[in-house]
Amino acid sequence: MSATDDPRLGTAEQEPLGPPPVAPWLENWRYFTTNRGAVLGLIVLGLMVLTAIFAPLIAPHDPTMQYRDALLVPPAWTADGRSQFLLGTDALGRDILSRLIYGARYSLAIGLVVVTLALISGILVGLLAGYFGGWVDALIMRVMDIILAFPSLLLALVLVAIIGPGLFNAMLAIAVVLQPHFARLTRGAVMAEKSREYVTSAKVAGAGHLRLMLVTILPNCLGPLIVQATLSFSNAILDAAALGFLGMGAQPPTPEWGTMLAEAREFITSAWWVVTMPGIAILVTVLAINLIGDGLRDTLDPKLKRS
Amino acid sequence: MLRFILNRLILIIPTFIGITLVAFLFIRLLPGDPVILMAGERGVSPERHAELMAQFGFDQPLWKQYVDYVRGLLHGDFGYSFSTKKPVLGEFMARFPATLELALCAIVLASVLGVAAGILSAIRRGGWIDQLTMGVALIGYSMPIFWWALLLIILFSTTLGWTPVSGRISLTQFFPDVTGFMLIDSLLSGKPGAFWSAVQHLILPTIVLATIPLAVIARQTRSAMLEVLGEIYIMTAKSKGLAPRRVVWLHALRNALIPVVTTIGLQVSVLMGGAILTETIFSWPGVGKWMIDSISRRDYQVVQGGLLLIAVMVMIVNLTVDLLYGLINPRVRHR
Repeated sequence: MSATDDPRLGTAEQEPLGPPPVAPWLENWRYFTTNRGAVLGLIVLGLMVLTAIFAPLIAPHDPTMQYRDALLVPPAWTADGRSQFLLGTDALGRDILSRLIYGARYSLAIGLVVVTLALISGILVGLLAGYFGGWVDALIMRVMDIILAFPSLLLALVLVAIIGPGLFNAMLAIAVVLQPHFARLTRGAVMAEKSREYVTSAKVAGAGHLRLMLVTILPNCLGPLIVQATLSFSNAILDAAALGFLGMGAQPPTPEWGTMLAEAREFITSAWWVVTMPGIAILVTVLAINLIGDGLRDTLDPKLKRS
Repeated sequence: MLRFILNRLILIIPTFIGITLVAFLFIRLLPGDPVILMAGERGVSPERHAELMAQFGFDQPLWKQYVDYVRGLLHGDFGYSFSTKKPVLGEFMARFPATLELALCAIVLASVLGVAAGILSAIRRGGWIDQLTMGVALIGYSMPIFWWALLLIILFSTTLGWTPVSGRISLTQFFPDVTGFMLIDSLLSGKPGAFWSAVQHLILPTIVLATIPLAVIARQTRSAMLEVLGEIYIMTAKSKGLAPRRVVWLHALRNALIPVVTTIGLQVSVLMGGAILTETIFSWPGVGKWMIDSISRRDYQVVQGGLLLIAVMVMIVNLTVDLLYGLINPRVRHR
């Protein structure tokens, strides 16, 4: 008897039972793309990433080049504007558009580094707490509570005061502040998953602690972590810009958007474009990421799906 | 209920100890020893250095320093400001009403508008009102508020001239400080224009500080309302023939507001972070600006004390919200 004759396997002639199943990621992708806002956010973020990568090719000027004959030139479309400086120049005669283009590199790098640091450390700590429970859990979660007891910007400021101002230190401080959210999420998910049967069966099959934590349980907790990572990405950009604005983040002449705003503050009465442009760049980037985050949350949270 | 309260109170003790530990370690973790930090660029002779180290107890073992520090805290000793030589606690208390007034105005504005916007969005789900409201909320949620503050100043202060750029009250207004709240003190003074001046100074900082909490509360209210409106008891109420208005305002809202109360409570920490930026931009003489000034002045005793006091305050507010939540939602109590 050949395999195709086996009645249990069915034959090609049989009536199909609805559309063929699709891979989960493809289904998620299809659901995600029905959200117009999320797609818009993805397009904007994509353009932002391309801008950051190809900044030297796109930027019309060197971002630190000071044109001494062109101080505080207004944007090109105004009466006093010059066509070579599309968004105008700042008080030192630097082209604002070029600085914004290079600034995209900083903001995206900040988001990426901070989220990576916070995600990895948060997942590790959360896994340990949730998996082992008991005093390990109590100790770790109390430390997380303590971090969360401080307003995040204040704690980041104080950490920067300890390790010194600067872009990298600001990123470290923001990662420390954002990390407890990942730890809490991971811990909660692990506690919910670890008593499930598939974990028990893996344990019976002889899987060690590390394998159980990282290979068996972790992949099933990823949904909320991905959403949190997206939200943290935008928070990191906002916080880093705020630290830059307060003079504790990236230092001049770095074309970081928050630092640019700090330098522009004294010109709010005389040169509106110096103040307006970096803020628009921050807002658009953060908005795009939050749109993606909302879309991801709707996609990955089964409770909200199809409702 | 009593057990629930006791439980929460006990849980807070380790957090409190942790906060004091963070504040204690802050000064010890700074590069350079405390006396050199305090002496600043003037420098200090080796003999005087040793003398000062002994005077402040920095020559003691670390655990003893910590015990002394906590003992001081319990006696209300939060250290002395290096620049003004006054106790940190007094300096904090002098500035706290300004921050509290601003934060209260902001949270009231954010709660009232946010809850209203959230309800409106939920009952008009999918319509243009919903899309517009949620679009604006997402923009508010993504707003770099320090930039938003500058924009508002450009528009309303420097261009239109409607509101002052900085401070709490016009320099031409003098009246006794009774409560520390400008709105109340200016009314008590009975001086013409005093109250209006206080309101004018408050408007922009309040809007700026309220922006993010407003967006968060609106989004949270909408999703909480939608969740409740999908419940079976709402369907029952509707099918009984109750007026839709009654269903929404009485049956749905009461249950939807439970998570919203928690959200509002959690905004206190966000407000304190926002107050740092808002007060700095508007030269608002509150705790946030004081902290920033102290960090840039390297007045670390103030930073240490302020950090501790702000964290304890946030902790107490969160505890209160937690207890309130237990009060309105019996399910939490018995978990």
